[in-house]
Amino acid sequence: MYLLPYEFSWLAVVFFGGTGLLFVRGQRVLAQAGTPLPGWRIALFWLGFVLAYSVMHTQFDYFAQFMFFIHRIQHLVLHHLAAILLMASNPWKVLSAGFPEGRTKHIVARALSSRVIQIPYRIIQFPPLAGFIFVGLIFFWLMPEVHFKAMLSQPLYLVMNWSMFLDGILFWWLILDPRSPVRAKTLSFGKRIIVIWFVTVPQLGLGAYIVTSPANLYDIYDLCGRAWPIAPHDDQVLGGVLTWIPPGMMGVLVMVVLLRRMLHQSEQTKVRPA
Amino acid sequence: MIRVISWVAPILLALMVASCSNNDVAWKGSDIRGVMPDLSFELISESGLDVNQETFLGKATLMFFGFTNCPDICPGTLQGLASAIEALPEERQDEVQVLFVSVDPSRDTPDRLKAYTDFFGPQVTGLTGTDDQLSALVKRMRATYGYGEADENGNYAVSHSSAIYGFNADGEAQVLLRGNQPISDLTHDIQLLLQAS
Repeated sequence: MYLLPYEFSWLAVVFFGGTGLLFVRGQRVLAQAGTPLPGWRIALFWLGFVLAYSVMHTQFDYFAQFMFFIHRIQHLVLHHLAAILLMASNPWKVLSAGFPEGRTKHIVARALSSRVIQIPYRIIQFPPLAGFIFVGLIFFWLMPEVHFKAMLSQPLYLVMNWSMFLDGILFWWLILDPRSPVRAKTLSFGKRIIVIWFVTVPQLGLGAYIVTSPANLYDIYDLCGRAWPIAPHDDQVLGGVLTWIPPGMMGVLVMVVLLRRMLHQSEQTKVRPA
Repeated sequence: MIRVISWVAPILLALMVASCSNNDVAWKGSDIRGVMPDLSFELISESGLDVNQETFLGKATLMFFGFTNCPDICPGTLQGLASAIEALPEERQDEVQVLFVSVDPSRDTPDRLKAYTDFFGPQVTGLTGTDDQLSALVKRMRATYGYGEADENGNYAVSHSSAIYGFNADGEAQVLLRGNQPISDLTHDIQLLLQAS
């Protein structure tokens, strides 16, 4: 019962069903080719996958619609935790391997490398813009008037959740892309750390504002009813704390991973003969 | 960089213009036109008959969820709505109806509902339904309800939405009102609802 969706969504079924199938198939194809995926990457992928699906397409979504602090947990998972885990697993090669060989794969590959896709992709992954969109979306959906409408309109609610999840994937891929900045011309580690700082500080401010605001910022939860009795101010404070502290902690953890990679890379550079 | 800005600036500008161009109506409540779905339900009336939204089209409608044992929010809101309707010109009072939807069907029988709504005036009609019917409507209106633990006498509290949903005569969602708004605000928005009808 708890695993059934509160509001059934074909989009969720197609996205998660398709991605899950591609990954399972990709794992098998890579194993047969003699390059099996390390266990830690499989674990990271499925953990992120299950977390994202659970908060979007089970009864958890009911509680997220009728409790502000659970809504904040939902977005913390979609925009941060699940997206970080999925991108840390570097799933693209596996997903590609899982796509059945043939004409369709060829067409999809050509479409993905076409200018129609690549130009918008490069624009939204331009680091200052990617950081702006990442933090801007958090602020945008938490503007009281916007939040009010998003919680009342089902289509807008879906746009809100999917925009957070997809933006989380794009942003954390920019940050966690495992390809070498030197050889693959990806974003340098120093710039990645600056971008994380750039997005984390405003989030801290927003969380602190929500926690300390004496006003009832999100009265939509009073109007629509809460999933269980809780004082509106307590709900807001809990939601504010979840906006304030965990994203900052996750940002710091990702920075540690990046610093480790940076050290690893400079060690490799030293070892390599001139 | 300049190429990037030349792409992004027009998009941002278009978004800003689109967000500013709103067909403004000076509601005192919150505008929900185009945000919330039209009036649609299958319920049981206080006469014990199966009814749907078709029965109630043709008048401006204010819909509110509650239960007759409610100690404060429901009687306060219904009294406020009754007073707001009384403040309308007499000839227009019958163009408005209040649908009080009880989410406590096990206690709120049609007879009990009728006795309760009669107290608040002829414009108020009581509705209830099976659990499935109520869940479908409440979900459609993006709201929720739930029951507390029963005491030794079998009494229990019911948590429910406190919103008043305003629809025009065609059943199109227009405005979301709060039960604690001043009566003059409620009257103001009911007049706008009548104009929208």
